[in-house]
Amino acid sequence: MSDLRELYQETIFDHYRRPRNCHAVPGANHCAEGYNPLCGDRITLYLCIEDGVVKDVGFEGAGCAIATASASLMTEALKGRTEAEVEALFERFHAMATAPADRPVSNEGLGKLAVLAGVREFPARIKCATLAWHTLHAALRDERGTVSTE
Amino acid sequence: MNLLEPVGIPDAQTVMAWRRDFPILRESVHGQPLVYLDNAATTQKPASVIAAEQAYYEHDNANVHRGVHLLSQRATDAYEGARARIARFIHAAGEQEIVYTRGTTEAINLVAQSFARPRLQPGDEVLITAMEHHSNIVPWQLVCAQTGAVLKVVPIDDDGALDVDAYERMLGASTRIVALAHASNALGTVNPVARLIELAHARGVPVLIDGAQAIAHLPVDVSTLDCDFYAFSGHKVYGPTGIGALYAKAALLEAMPPWQGGGDMIRAVTFEKTEYNVIPWRFEAGTPNIAGAIGLAAALDYVSAIGLEVAQRHEADLLAYADDALRAHPHVRMIGTAKEKLGIVSFVMDNAHAHDIGTILDQCGVAVRTGHHCAMPVMARYGVPATVRASFALYNTRADVDALLDGLARVQEMFPL
Repeated sequence: MSDLRELYQETIFDHYRRPRNCHAVPGANHCAEGYNPLCGDRITLYLCIEDGVVKDVGFEGAGCAIATASASLMTEALKGRTEAEVEALFERFHAMATAPADRPVSNEGLGKLAVLAGVREFPARIKCATLAWHTLHAALRDERGTVSTE
Repeated sequence: MNLLEPVGIPDAQTVMAWRRDFPILRESVHGQPLVYLDNAATTQKPASVIAAEQAYYEHDNANVHRGVHLLSQRATDAYEGARARIARFIHAAGEQEIVYTRGTTEAINLVAQSFARPRLQPGDEVLITAMEHHSNIVPWQLVCAQTGAVLKVVPIDDDGALDVDAYERMLGASTRIVALAHASNALGTVNPVARLIELAHARGVPVLIDGAQAIAHLPVDVSTLDCDFYAFSGHKVYGPTGIGALYAKAALLEAMPPWQGGGDMIRAVTFEKTEYNVIPWRFEAGTPNIAGAIGLAAALDYVSAIGLEVAQRHEADLLAYADDALRAHPHVRMIGTAKEKLGIVSFVMDNAHAHDIGTILDQCGVAVRTGHHCAMPVMARYGVPATVRASFALYNTRADVDALLDGLARVQEMFPL
């Protein structure tokens, strides 16, 4: 049962109950939709990037606690970052969330995002945590259609 | 069933004996005893089914309809014997009316491609219902795209019951086939299939029944129902995965072209002309799932020995018990409250998303399904992205329902409102 507390940390509850940047962004120049068909999580991500820097970011959607908190934490982490920094953060987050549960993992440079490391113990929930990030990738590449975690 | 002999709810000892037939129920998950409530997805297998498959591989394994050697004969006898067992189980007129498939999905695709496709013209209609599983939607969408036919969907009411008046109105001069679930996997609703078939036949429209959910929980008599096609999967009736059956009236099968070509479905092949085999083998190209068929027959023997009516009463008792408790729960909203239901409870909870509930229940040892249950239009109908679904089988007990309720209490603790 202690594993559940590892997964559902206070920060996650906080961002689930009061998601930050949970709105469309006026003047967004990048946008993508993400969908996790396993649990029905859906998000739309809006990015405003000027001179290669994330000026504003927001999301809308319905999802489980992990997906919602992950999207909220991600939007907080992205503001003010360059596209190259965003890409590096994606890689670090992805590596943390998908690393084998029995191996130590580096939280370096992840800040608050490290609270999501608990998903490694719950393979069925990793996609909930990575949905927002895959959607971010699609938005940056301006891919059309809905990104799926499947 | 002898109608003079009252069949009550089986006692606790009887159910405990059934439980012992299922080795997997001795498993623990996350340090908790397994409480398996995901039976609408797949049922567990009794030892007799596992033993039947193993015995086949240890003693009889050979290809069927091929060799003159003894093992091939034994394999063929067991495989064809299983077909006869299936025919008896659903009261088909003969075993030539049973086509082996990989499951319900393949059976429906077979009917869509071999029966419906040659008959459909642009503007013709295929009639399904709003409670169908994706496997009884998508094959029809494919055939509609191929032929220009139109898919029509009969609505359901807020309880999840079919709108029979709308069904009757929608059965029109252009309707070429009706395809509907005997029972809904997402809502548990049992459709009044006898009446629905009668209404369709009155207009000369053939009917396919998707029996995936019903087969383990309701007695099925295709002769009395007079359905034209009945599709089901072995794994939902305590049998193996990868094997199922299509029942079809012999006269319809006779008139249907093959849908896959290969070995076993032919009589004689030259490069100029191929003569096809007779029914049902015409529809069974390639080496089949022999062990699966044998395992399925063992599963049907198993449930027949218990008696589906007896199991049905036990499951109805579990449903009533779970339904009462969940309806009394202040933060639970039931999805699917039709009068006629199988042992399926589908619900959402104010405290948390279905997926979070599923994770917490799993940690408590309780296996449920969370998500859209391959019935996304049903989820859309109720305006929910996903539900939690607990579905019962004959080996479940009230203690299993209590474990589910304890798990929901844990959800409330973790996700206080």
